[in-house]
Amino acid sequence: MATQHSRSVARLMMAPAVVLLLGWMLVPLTMTLYFSFKKYLPLRGGDLGWVGFDNYVRFVSSSSFWPAVQATLVIVGGVLVITVILGILLAMLLDQPMWGQGVVRILVIAPFFVMPTVSALVWKNMFMDPVNGLLAHLWRFFGAEPISWLSEASMTSIVMIVSWQWLPFATLILLTAIQSLDSEQLEAAEMDGAPVLKRFYHIILPHLGRAITIVILIQTIFLLSIFAEIFVTTGGAFGTRTLTYMIFQRVLESQNVGLGSAGGVYAIILANIVAIFLMRIVGKNLDA
Amino acid sequence: MGRIQLKSVTKSFGDVEVIPPLDLTIEDGEFTVFVGPSGCGKSTLLRLIAGLEDMTSGSIDIDGADATDVPPAKRGLAMVFQSYALYPHMTVRKNIAFPLRMAKLDQAEIDKRVEGAASVLNLTDYLDRRPGQLSGGQRQRVAIGRAIVREPAAFLFDEPLSNLDAALRVGMRLEISELHERLATTMIYVTHDQVEAMTMADKIVVLQAGVIEQVGSPLELYRTPRNLFVAGFIGSPKMNFIEGPEAEKLGAQTIGIRPEHIAVSESEGDWSGVVSVSEHLGSDTFFHVHETGLAETITVRADGEVSFRHGDRIHLTPRSDAIHRFDAKGLRFE
Repeated sequence: MATQHSRSVARLMMAPAVVLLLGWMLVPLTMTLYFSFKKYLPLRGGDLGWVGFDNYVRFVSSSSFWPAVQATLVIVGGVLVITVILGILLAMLLDQPMWGQGVVRILVIAPFFVMPTVSALVWKNMFMDPVNGLLAHLWRFFGAEPISWLSEASMTSIVMIVSWQWLPFATLILLTAIQSLDSEQLEAAEMDGAPVLKRFYHIILPHLGRAITIVILIQTIFLLSIFAEIFVTTGGAFGTRTLTYMIFQRVLESQNVGLGSAGGVYAIILANIVAIFLMRIVGKNLDA
Repeated sequence: MGRIQLKSVTKSFGDVEVIPPLDLTIEDGEFTVFVGPSGCGKSTLLRLIAGLEDMTSGSIDIDGADATDVPPAKRGLAMVFQSYALYPHMTVRKNIAFPLRMAKLDQAEIDKRVEGAASVLNLTDYLDRRPGQLSGGQRQRVAIGRAIVREPAAFLFDEPLSNLDAALRVGMRLEISELHERLATTMIYVTHDQVEAMTMADKIVVLQAGVIEQVGSPLELYRTPRNLFVAGFIGSPKMNFIEGPEAEKLGAQTIGIRPEHIAVSESEGDWSGVVSVSEHLGSDTFFHVHETGLAETITVRADGEVSFRHGDRIHLTPRSDAIHRFDAKGLRFE
């Protein structure tokens, strides 16, 4: 009796949170779907009625659609590869006993606390500026012609900036995973005749499998929607227009809410495809 | 072949000397057990032999060749760890085959040896499972399997049975002893359990605080312990120690008498006391006797049929030829 009672009370008390979260998700989703079937131009006549799938067709047939999809995937893929590889190396380095370990670990995590807008501006003005940037000075020191990073190597630059931001996250998750590895396993492998690289490949890497999966899944979700880094650096120029950025341009620069909404629905579909794909490839690691 | 010789080996962690200079020879084919209370340095000593820890000074010879600076993999030793240290993401087959794959043997030879080890250890049905799906005893056998396929010069066991329940421990103890009889390879076994040491060993090395207190066969240690520590450590229940006038009568600082060397009687005996607790094991009965005026508690072993209750006054008679005498330094003398 008591449990049944407390269960219904619990449901009642959880209801506000559930309703709020559901509304939080459903209202924008419904509005996006609603606008995506309308011709809605706020500064050029407002709501101009239903247009069926016109917006969807226009968004996809735009010459910038496939380049945007490609840019999105290149940024997500590039950042994932860099953060996972460097993250594993850094995590193993930080796992070594050393002087000042606590301070070093906090310093490594620091980039994660910097707001994306701020870090992108710092990179743009302090490092990548072709005249006064640190990298330009470095290039000149070696007698090379400085690169104007954001226009000549725009994609590389953005991948670098975003990787710098997300490396601490990957490192942190992988470090905790490495710390949970039973040192007797490594010793057993050493006795079994496995040299350092083989110990890494046969023991450490499989042990990290689950952590790597988590890093990839979480980062993909966030990386698909990066915006600030592109907004303050290239503004979507030089081939760095991602799907997210393209939606922003359609809605705010072209003032075409319907077209942008249709893009938003495509973004949802793309995110889900990527998620299913990732779950298939790496999700089995989570069961083991 | 596996003759292992330690020559004035020491080990310090920072300023703390865990093992003061130590000499020890383990003969080929011998089952040697390192036994001692926890923290006595027995595991460290094993890890020094394995090469997992570096010696602070001294040298180790394996089969007459200096192995001091030889890396662990090249010493030809195989180790079974306390946690088994199986590779969780590999099947049993791959676990056992791992050292062979690292040694780059060809696949046919690997398969042959893995099958052989699996049939010796009754693991044939489990070869395609992962360690997580096995029971404690089976994991233990996989760990042993991984060690035997390498055909090492010596096996090192680091408290391998401490994670098993009591019944399984007795079974595995037998299996390891049988394995030793069959392979006739040198085995070094670390334990804190003196029963394991007594039942399995050819030679027991009793350690305390990194110092070897005594080396000998189980019965030697039982019959002629060198000092109070060994006398108290070997044998279960513990030897009774008596100080004071009773010891002085025999010209000793302390005398020791094992529970099984004291006769119990209702009516007469040299000593008398009151039964505090009686433990009935069926085959034996242990009485913990108080108020004897000799020591706080005297433990006595009697036949399983003898029955006294709490509060009964009983009389005890030690077997005079089984009394051990110890001097002021705690050393035994005849």
